[in-house]
Amino acid sequence: MTTPVIDPRVPVLDARGLHVSFAGRTGVFAGLFGREEASARAVDGVDLQVRRGEVLAIAGESGCGKTTLARTLMGLERPREGSILFEDKPMPRDLRAYRRKVQMIFQDPTGALNPRQTIYESVAEGLRIHKVPGNEEERVAAALSQAGLRPPERFFLLYPHEISGGQRQRVVIAGALVLNPEVIIADEPVSMLDASVRGEILKLLLGLRDELGLTIVVVTHDLGMAWMIADRVAVMYLGRIVELGPAEDVLTKPRHPYTKALLDVVPEAGGLDRPVLTGEPPDPTRIPAGCRFHPRCPEVASGRAEAAGILGRCTGEDPVLRVLAADHTAACHLAE
Amino acid sequence: MSVLTVRDLNVIYSTQGGDVPAVRGVNLDVARGEVLGLAGESGCGKSTVAHAILRLLPAGARVEGEVLLDGEDVLAMKPGRLRAVRWTGAAIVFQGAMHALNPVRRVGDQIAEAMIIHRQASERDAFHRAQLLVEQVGLPARRARDYPHELSGGQRQRIMIAMALACNPNLIIADEPTTALDVMVQAQVLSLLSGLQQEFGLAMIFITHDLSVLVEACDRIAVMYAGRIVEEGPSEMLFGSPAHPYTKALAAAFPQIGDERFRRAPSGLPGDPPDPAAVPAGCPFHPRCPEAIDACAREDPALLKLTVDSRRRAACIRVDRLGAPEMVP
Repeated sequence: MTTPVIDPRVPVLDARGLHVSFAGRTGVFAGLFGREEASARAVDGVDLQVRRGEVLAIAGESGCGKTTLARTLMGLERPREGSILFEDKPMPRDLRAYRRKVQMIFQDPTGALNPRQTIYESVAEGLRIHKVPGNEEERVAAALSQAGLRPPERFFLLYPHEISGGQRQRVVIAGALVLNPEVIIADEPVSMLDASVRGEILKLLLGLRDELGLTIVVVTHDLGMAWMIADRVAVMYLGRIVELGPAEDVLTKPRHPYTKALLDVVPEAGGLDRPVLTGEPPDPTRIPAGCRFHPRCPEVASGRAEAAGILGRCTGEDPVLRVLAADHTAACHLAE
Repeated sequence: MSVLTVRDLNVIYSTQGGDVPAVRGVNLDVARGEVLGLAGESGCGKSTVAHAILRLLPAGARVEGEVLLDGEDVLAMKPGRLRAVRWTGAAIVFQGAMHALNPVRRVGDQIAEAMIIHRQASERDAFHRAQLLVEQVGLPARRARDYPHELSGGQRQRIMIAMALACNPNLIIADEPTTALDVMVQAQVLSLLSGLQQEFGLAMIFITHDLSVLVEACDRIAVMYAGRIVEEGPSEMLFGSPAHPYTKALAAAFPQIGDERFRRAPSGLPGDPPDPAAVPAGCPFHPRCPEAIDACAREDPALLKLTVDSRRRAACIRVDRLGAPEMVP
């Protein structure tokens, strides 16, 4: 497949200074029965431009805020601070029109479909909510066949339990496509599917981008999957994008120590003697001062940061994303 | 001698819709100190095999064949003997550590319980031994006083591993031990398991759908499809140069980052894994096989040695092999 031409100057979605937090336990009962908890800063200062026609992967550990970022781009979470522009205009308060243009696909296709609705009803539902004029049956059939369910009529009257997991995810994709969206945000779209089925769904998503010019944002913990489909990769850690750039660069020439650590734990033939970050996934209610990664950073632990004379900055100064190579940015004092 | 030998294992579930063969003629050997990986997708029968080894299947399941644990047939054991063998002969680390622990008991007590029941330790010593085990799996000993909800997913999985080690078994069966865990925690648990395995010279069966995890953790891998083993061999060869088309497809689902062949080229198989109640005739994989020929719909291939390497076996009539009934060019 050839590399598509994507104009970096044309963002479809433009997130600026995004902060999203969730309240901790507070108030009378928490005060009586436990300690009050700080709020969780799930997304903690994200600037991200999604370019028209690209496949952008947002990667990171669980708890890094990648799903919250995706949900905020969808309008499912309200940012505490910052704004989202869609085609240069602020995201409208009434999300109905916005949702026609930006559709989301969730991880679990079984949970996303109403078990008592036929496939036809599930796909047609979006058309009815948005009162889309025209021939409903034709549109549903077209969407199902775009999603690879052919002939579509054969699926109309089936229920979700009568089809396989892979087919269910195709139905969910058809439900998004039926509204002719411009952006699809997919949260771990294949992680619940069998390994042999995943490739076909990814192939479908890539094909939709090539044929319909869709923009696709895919949230994943799987860097191998990013390698297979993404044009650009954004790596998140504790609510912040710490590295962003073309997939080739980020995945084969990573600049941020966290990206390197994530790549090190991708299992591959040849051994278990690779470095693994210690400790549990970080806690968004207690974001460390300075560089938020420094307590787990192998560069700090090994003394390389100190040898380079930047340890004070690692522990005291929050790094910002800086351009390190063409289109490739990372937030690390050592990488600068 | 093998720690575990499985011969012609068949497991049939009786359901309202009739008999469903979940495992169809599986043979396995695991030597002392060896790690065998069992790979396959949902419904391929890999977990059923694991449960059949310790007779943990529900009452409706019919098990045929032989399961020899240290030379003794598990399927013929009396209930008392079977109870003794579970945990002491072989132990299972179940998938989903969240649900396998009792939420209202301290994890140390749960580890101690197995030792007391199996008379591996007196009631006085058991908790102390449990604390040592908790340290051995990389947690501070005081964590033995915690309840499951006070631990993270990765920590709970470590407790499950400590529990499996409690009665010094010869064989550990790890059923998707890392599936619900995060990437970084998964790597930690994997290196813990393999460290313990080497330290104690344990035999281990490692079950997962993720072939890349297996390659790293196992000496040998068996790939299952529709209740059968379709390919078996040393893990790096199996992953690096798979013989069976199904193994090839599984390997392609876990690409090497940096390998240009996978860049913007996801590949998968059409269709879905078969329903065990309706396994296709001939080679059960033929409807999804990109390399199938006419004969595949008629002939059910046996698992035979490859001519190129006698340590490897595959069940595919297209694969060059020794003693094949008919060679297809």
